[in-house]
Amino acid sequence: MTDATTNTGVTPRGTKPRRRMSPRNIMLYGTLFVASMYYLLPLYVMIVTSLKGMPEIRLGNVFSPPVEVTFEPWVKAWAEACTGINCDGLSRGFWNSVQILVPSVALSIAIASVNGYALSLWKFKGSEVFFTILIFGAFIPYQVMIYPMVILLREAGEGLSFITGTRIRLMGSVWGLVIVHTVFGMPILTLLFRNYFASVPEELFKAARVDGAGFWGIYFRIMLPMALPIFVVAMILQVTGIWNDFLFGVIFTKPDTYPMTVQLNNIVNSVQGVKEYNVNMAATLLTGLVPLIIYFASGKLFVRGIAAGAVKG
Amino acid sequence: MAVTDGAGTESARTSAKRPNRLFKNMTAKLASIPMVFTALVVFIGCTAWTIYHSFTKSRLLPAPDKWVGLDQYERLWSTRRWLVSIENLAIYGICSLVLSLVIGFTLAALLDRKIRGEGIFRTIFLYPFALSFIVTGLVWQWVLNPQFGIQSVVQRWGWESFTFDPLNNADIVIYGILIAGIWQGSGFIMVIMLAGLRGIDEDIWKATRVEGIPVWKTYIVVIIPMMRPVFVTALVLIAAGIIKVYDLVVAQTSGGPGISSEVPAKYVIEKMFQSQNLGQGFAASTMMLLSVLVVLIPWAYLEFGGKRRD
Repeated sequence: MTDATTNTGVTPRGTKPRRRMSPRNIMLYGTLFVASMYYLLPLYVMIVTSLKGMPEIRLGNVFSPPVEVTFEPWVKAWAEACTGINCDGLSRGFWNSVQILVPSVALSIAIASVNGYALSLWKFKGSEVFFTILIFGAFIPYQVMIYPMVILLREAGEGLSFITGTRIRLMGSVWGLVIVHTVFGMPILTLLFRNYFASVPEELFKAARVDGAGFWGIYFRIMLPMALPIFVVAMILQVTGIWNDFLFGVIFTKPDTYPMTVQLNNIVNSVQGVKEYNVNMAATLLTGLVPLIIYFASGKLFVRGIAAGAVKG
Repeated sequence: MAVTDGAGTESARTSAKRPNRLFKNMTAKLASIPMVFTALVVFIGCTAWTIYHSFTKSRLLPAPDKWVGLDQYERLWSTRRWLVSIENLAIYGICSLVLSLVIGFTLAALLDRKIRGEGIFRTIFLYPFALSFIVTGLVWQWVLNPQFGIQSVVQRWGWESFTFDPLNNADIVIYGILIAGIWQGSGFIMVIMLAGLRGIDEDIWKATRVEGIPVWKTYIVVIIPMMRPVFVTALVLIAAGIIKVYDLVVAQTSGGPGISSEVPAKYVIEKMFQSQNLGQGFAASTMMLLSVLVVLIPWAYLEFGGKRRD
């Protein structure tokens, strides 16, 4: 209303060229920079601390850059840091996490994609009901289901041992944890795939049916190749989620199969010994590195993955 | 849709031959066994199992035959540690709800002002969300360390009397956890809000500009009411995250000092797997479920009940 252009007869066209240092811009960028400081500070502190020696940490402050850069804390965190009596560093947790991650991601995505495919193109009586239960189940706190889950895994392990005649343990093993991740990752992934397959043109599906392709034929030869982007999104979602998991790891595995997050917590929060902050921060960074690399490498896909939970089905 | 409709009429036609219906679409049914198992056995079965056992005197082992009614709940609500946990969750919950929404929306609104380097800022605000709560808790434990962290830095700058040591002060420890929780999660809310803002029609901005309504007022009077569904979604997501707070506390404070930063999720896990008091664990986890339902049922009613009426 108070704009000068409304008063004068001749008005320049287009938007008014903005001065770069207008008070508005200073406010805007100022706020964004302050906010960025809050978000970046911990990462900076982590990196800086992990590159210092202990004497330097005791003298200086957390923000000062290292005077003498040393990679020793990293080496120590990876290969020598102790949890209890084991002193082989975080490398053990890293490989455990990898062993948990690969089958968990593969199995959970395989099952959820078939679920989503069946739910959108091969509906049967009651399929929507199961899907609704699944979605509401995503909101049930894990603490409610975790103990019966332990019993189920133990019993299933005993059942399998009885059938096969060999001793199989699901509880406390990597495979038990794989099942747990598959079960609890199912709601969000099924939603993701269901929404994707629901958008597939129906003619395509019908044409394949006319050609005599069945459930698996259509899935493997038509849907799977088409849905590759969504598989990538699901993978990003699962890799970060499973890598960052702590609760299931601590309950469903034993100390020598603990995933990296659990081992990291044990290393840093152990009460024995002198606290080596540089080693702790190197260990923390090492654990955060996998999801960070995925985050920075995947860019928009990561956002799509996490936003998948936000969009309603 | 039409496919299933076709299948429906077809099955209606052949409904005389009843036994066949079970085998119709058999592969799809077989392929859905894991989903059916998860829905029925885990989500319904395990939940019902836990609720039932919360009324029993289970200690080291579940004791389905020792029914004690509401005893476990009475014990629970007279346990100081549980009350502290609930209080912490309430403070943490309300603060993180408000702060996440305010920070998330503000950052999204700032990024939506057609600024330079939007991508860079978005990347910066969102990266903590990729990190685990364990990493988050441990980093902030270090940043807030009284001997070397923010407190000592400010003191060294010359403000000798400056004290900021939330993690060792029972009165404010939960705010120390809050700082870390907001750091980790607010970027995600920003992304949701930004998506919502991008969905607002450009014409609305033009109209308010013509009317001469200031930008900040436009946000409050026009944009925020329009984004109601986005806010509701964000609210539900934040609420679902709050109740799950566990690893953050374990990593950052281990519940200390004393029991001053305990949370319900931690109470449950410790009762079940460390102090062999299953009944308490079941009762506490049922209370957690109840609090989720308090949020979830009105939301589901508004979202899905409303849609059906339209």
